[in-house]
Amino acid sequence: MQKIEQITGTAVPLPLDDIDTDRIIPARYLRCVTFEGLGEHAFEDDRKQNSKHPFDDARYQGASVLVAGRNFGCGSSREHAPQALIRWGIKALIAESFAEIFFGNCTANGTPCVCVSEDAVRQLAAAVTANPQTAVTVDLATLQVRCGALAFPCTMPEGARKSLTSGQWDFLAQLVENEAGIKATAKRLPYMSNFSAVS
Amino acid sequence: MSGRQNLFNRVWDLHTVGTLASGQTQLFIGQHLIHEVTSPQAFQMLRDRGLKVMYPERTLATVDHIIPTDNQARPFLDVLAEEMMSAVEKNCREFGVTLLNLNDSRQGIVHIVGPEQGLTQPGITLACGDSHTSTHGAFGCIAFGIGTSQVADVLASQTMALGRPKVRRVGVDGKLHPGVFAKDVILHIIRKLGVQGGVGYAYEFAGSTFDAMTMEERMTVCNMSIEGGARCGYINPDQTTVEYLRGRPLSPKGEAFELAAKWWLGLASQPDSEFDDRVDLKAEDIEPTVTWGINPAQSVGVNEAIGAVSDFPVGEQQGVREALEFMELKEKQKIRGLKIDVAFIGSCTNGRISDLREAAKVAQGHHVAPNVRALVVPGSQQVRVQAEAEGLHKIFEAAGFEWRAAGCSMCLAMNPDKLRGREICASSSNRNFKGRQGSPTGRTLLMSPAMVAAAAINGAVADVREMA
Ligand code: SF4
Repeated sequence: MQKIEQITGTAVPLPLDDIDTDRIIPARYLRCVTFEGLGEHAFEDDRKQNSKHPFDDARYQGASVLVAGRNFGCGSSREHAPQALIRWGIKALIAESFAEIFFGNCTANGTPCVCVSEDAVRQLAAAVTANPQTAVTVDLATLQVRCGALAFPCTMPEGARKSLTSGQWDFLAQLVENEAGIKATAKRLPYMSNFSAVS
Repeated sequence: MSGRQNLFNRVWDLHTVGTLASGQTQLFIGQHLIHEVTSPQAFQMLRDRGLKVMYPERTLATVDHIIPTDNQARPFLDVLAEEMMSAVEKNCREFGVTLLNLNDSRQGIVHIVGPEQGLTQPGITLACGDSHTSTHGAFGCIAFGIGTSQVADVLASQTMALGRPKVRRVGVDGKLHPGVFAKDVILHIIRKLGVQGGVGYAYEFAGSTFDAMTMEERMTVCNMSIEGGARCGYINPDQTTVEYLRGRPLSPKGEAFELAAKWWLGLASQPDSEFDDRVDLKAEDIEPTVTWGINPAQSVGVNEAIGAVSDFPVGEQQGVREALEFMELKEKQKIRGLKIDVAFIGSCTNGRISDLREAAKVAQGHHVAPNVRALVVPGSQQVRVQAEAEGLHKIFEAAGFEWRAAGCSMCLAMNPDKLRGREICASSSNRNFKGRQGSPTGRTLLMSPAMVAAAAINGAVADVREMA
């Protein structure tokens, strides 16, 4: 898998708190057997109710970094949510914090989510709004977010960071490889052998 | 000497296969549950790589999210839903996974079916491509909601990659007031700890309030752990757990059951167990609770007024304003008396037999208010059969509720049951997010099933304790 060390691109600001997965991709678009075509439905209901939604704003088209507030991606485990964002064009997310399942789903798709302070979110969103063409860089090697003259430290759990930067975010391949370990673990779990009862 | 390990850490260690290059744990998953919405892409990932399901007998499939609850004739009228049904049928057939399909009397919402069948057991790890997998923690197992890539991981390897969370003991002690239910307890906990208070944590719910609960009540509590940001929540196994599991179709039998029970009880956290954090709440402080906003922490006691925006911490005020605007409520307004258009009793939070019994008690001898559309959707076919054996459906129908077939229904409205326009719904489900119940502008008030029944009858949010 590709090593993901640094993402640079223009950004789209959405500095709201508690954006849930139902808002990112409404449930009716989960009626599908592939993830294709989800990009155009990202934030669909919010966009319909707000003609000025950043995802429809001409200035932010082509953005690859999303700047959000606290607890982004809370709610359901639907991988359709990161898939919709990725297919819209997002390659990295910056927020004050993320919901965990959403975070894991992003990592599994090679999309880094980094946390910055509330103040950094505010400054980044303001900078991007003032000048939508400014490039934003998410640097996983130095754990830094840069935007023009601004630079902020960011955090990411070390496991996720390592998997992305070493190109080992395809867990499936690694997990399957360790078949011997899996079988050995299964063997020592009493319920896997019906508690060794002779019944 | 330090105290004994808590249940979470013991179970985690037992299921640790190894450490991955990233430092994350490769964790063995004892039981995997799947459903039609988050599995099709996962099976495709296996096909793309030529992989098989490693332990097909350790995965059980059911159908719930898209199931129509009135006309279930195949093919479904919704062609997309029909396509998903065909996909899950084909995938289970090809990969050797048992499917509890519509024509199987065990079908129902995945989080109701697992416990009902005795598959959810203490000390196991359990995963399902659904965030409310935390429900199963009621049995003292470690249950994770996962995304589709992880569903593929578990199918192919019976393991997944995960960092170990910290463990917070959420203690609630004392006796609940009459009219206060498990749903109120968890809504109260989320109100106190916040929707992201649990991020990074597993929640252990402990204390005399939980000890006194039935398994169904414990499931309601653990179900909404995720709504508090915790990846999973659990309650230590005790004699109540053991008795619930005795004689279930898929729980151990005979001598094995006795050995199992001994192992289960031995896993429970002890008074000297260590935790990364502790919070203590009192049962007597809990009132029948109703949400007024667009996340499950935005709630008040039924007789309480919503606070003024300035009462909330500065960081939350923007969210509070957004919620008030969307809900068309004013600060300091009372939630009680707010008119409703729809009442929904069901979901994996509150679609079990005890929930229907409590709601039926309230509905008996009353009638749903004019202009209110009221739905009762049992969580599984078994719940439906049991309710009918007890005549609950007759009580509901006489009171003007629609009696439906089992499924998720209006909890997330992927089937034809939906809010229309700006309707306000009193709901026993778990999420009041914008658009959650099928109308992008629809509004949801979360509460206990008994409170939903009271609201249906009054046509407005009411205090169930005042129903004659
Ligand atoms: S009832 Fe609702 S929360 Fe539960 S599994 Fe179904 S859709 Fe999800």
